[in-house]
Amino acid sequence: MFDADAAADAKALSDIAGWCDRFTPLVALDPPHGLFLDITGCAHLFGGEAALMRMVCGALTRQGFAVSAAIAGTSICARTMTRHVSGQIVPDGGEAEAIRLLPVFALGADEAISRGLRRAGLKTIGDVASRARHEITARFGDGFTTLLEQALGQGDAPISPLKPLPDYIVEKRFPEPVATDGVISATLSRLAAMLVAAMDRQGKGARRLEAHFFRTDGAVRAIAVDTGQPVTKAEMIDRLFRERLEALKDPLDPGFGFDLIRLSASRVEIVVQQQRDLDANVHDNDALAALIDRIAARIGGQRVVVHLPQDTHIPERAVKAAPAQHHLAAAQAAAWPAREESEPPLRPLRLFARPEPIKVIAEVPDGPPAWFQWRRASHTVTRVEGPERVAMEWWRSPEAMLTRDYFRVEDETGLRFWLYRDGLYDREIAQRAGEIVQPNWFVHGLFA
Amino acid sequence: MTGARTNTLASLRGSIERIEAHADASAPARVALGHAEADVTLQGGLALAAVHEVFAEGRQSAVATGFIAGLAGLASLAGRVTARRPLVWIRQDFAEIESGALSMAGLTELGLDPRCLVTVRAADVDTALRTAADALACDALGAVVLELWGEARQLDLVASRKLTLAAQASGVTGLLLRVAAQPQPSTAETRWIARAAHSPPASVGSAWGAPVFDAQLVRNRHGPVGRWIMEWKCDECLFAKPAAYPQPVAAAPAHRPHQARAQQRRAG
Repeated sequence: MFDADAAADAKALSDIAGWCDRFTPLVALDPPHGLFLDITGCAHLFGGEAALMRMVCGALTRQGFAVSAAIAGTSICARTMTRHVSGQIVPDGGEAEAIRLLPVFALGADEAISRGLRRAGLKTIGDVASRARHEITARFGDGFTTLLEQALGQGDAPISPLKPLPDYIVEKRFPEPVATDGVISATLSRLAAMLVAAMDRQGKGARRLEAHFFRTDGAVRAIAVDTGQPVTKAEMIDRLFRERLEALKDPLDPGFGFDLIRLSASRVEIVVQQQRDLDANVHDNDALAALIDRIAARIGGQRVVVHLPQDTHIPERAVKAAPAQHHLAAAQAAAWPAREESEPPLRPLRLFARPEPIKVIAEVPDGPPAWFQWRRASHTVTRVEGPERVAMEWWRSPEAMLTRDYFRVEDETGLRFWLYRDGLYDREIAQRAGEIVQPNWFVHGLFA
Repeated sequence: MTGARTNTLASLRGSIERIEAHADASAPARVALGHAEADVTLQGGLALAAVHEVFAEGRQSAVATGFIAGLAGLASLAGRVTARRPLVWIRQDFAEIESGALSMAGLTELGLDPRCLVTVRAADVDTALRTAADALACDALGAVVLELWGEARQLDLVASRKLTLAAQASGVTGLLLRVAAQPQPSTAETRWIARAAHSPPASVGSAWGAPVFDAQLVRNRHGPVGRWIMEWKCDECLFAKPAAYPQPVAAAPAHRPHQARAQQRRAG
């Protein structure tokens, strides 16, 4: 004896829904303990509706679940049937007849409605259906009438599947579970070729690919790969999945083997054939995009970045790193501020994400530094240029931020630094404290 | 040395030549650095389709970055008239913490183009090496920079050979930036040690010049070594011998007042 665990029940139900994915891609949850499977166009793959239902029920029973199933033209009618008897197939148009004698609670309406119907003497669904609709609606509400009509097959509501229907699906079922890497990768290559052939007929390329591995014990593992450009080559798909599978932190565990492997393209795009120019820029871009996809499949899309200029003068915010898969074209067309001709570099080559505090001796508080200590090494300043004053963006931050005075300095060994003093000494620092305080200095970047 | 020994040596040298022949068969394309003496020593410049190493101390990381960015810029422009080829910069995460991220503004200031740059942030050395090998195999790139911080046990002779072979096969130039590391045996074409050098003594009103490197060539597979002071010309995107400062100034015109410098330097 133990307490009901609603969360665990919901998890089990969603796991079963994942398992049912092998029969149809359209699986919807009907909590607390129901599932809708839209088997339109799928039944013949399993030897007909009756055989499919036997297969589902048999497999679930073997896994230790109590199952009650029904097939009908509308989801509500099927659900009504399962509440009373299992294994029924309602022929098209026979909905009203099939549920006529079932008690009203089988409809799955609110407890109050079911009780109200019984008190009114309407014990079976047939009794309710025989009354005029406006009477029912006046007493029990619009929602119940809709439910009743759907149960009688007079209207249908679409189910809301757990996963959106992929645009292209190919799959391979195995009579015997497979567990070896060789078979799995060979299957993936074959599926990739089939998928590409299907997409190619409609001139499409895949932007997001998913591989589902259905284990014999019911566990389903999904692995997705995103690409920056529509993929139209089977070898590319094959290679992306190989990279992804190799790099998985939690490797694919075949257990007792997979009995179904499915490859689907969940996002596709129309492929535009570009003409090659003489400079072969198009080829370069294709090859670069393919390389980016491969690296991203292995180490993650966030780790392969391109750089986009931002409209701000705060040095650390002037650049945004964006995933290269999605922003390659934008980055290649970006307009960067041009450098000033015949000027030495005004900005450092390396910039710290957070400026590092340093100890500074300056001749006057507002003046340039003469000596500083950074990372326990001391530097004597031999040349200095500045200040370049950068005011903070007061319209972004609610609290006042200090103006920075940047100095470009060179030390006695020729190393060059970009230092700044946080705050204008006489206006911002001294006034605020009311007593003598030392301004804070930071090193923000390093020049080449 | 006896004749027999000389013969043996000559035949051994011959067989090594043959083993390495496929690399030299088509004399590797080179791109001139712009520094005359260095180009002579390198027999025409930086060899493309090869791997080059730049070492630096920890505190000289930015200097080495500038030097390698210059090399990468040269390599990515080689053989192309219009646009640069893309550049892939693979950086170990720790290097970013130690010496900061590459600043796009700084890259622009050096005369390079941030639009061509794709950065890969690798969590560890293994990932970085693998990614570098992949990138070097992609013939659309101009250059691949692999930036590692500290000693990397994984980058041994085998790994280095893999990178070299990939570079030879695709024609992409590989550049290894090794900060805070000691040189190890490798198959690199050249090995440099980059240090900071003083700005040239300035003319009046300018305290700051173009980046100057003290570049020491410590290994060169096909020639002698050397050490030069190089200045990076941001406008021309070339290395050059630092000009002898102070520059000669034209005599002040006699018939009109001495003018202030036409182009006022920006204070900030």
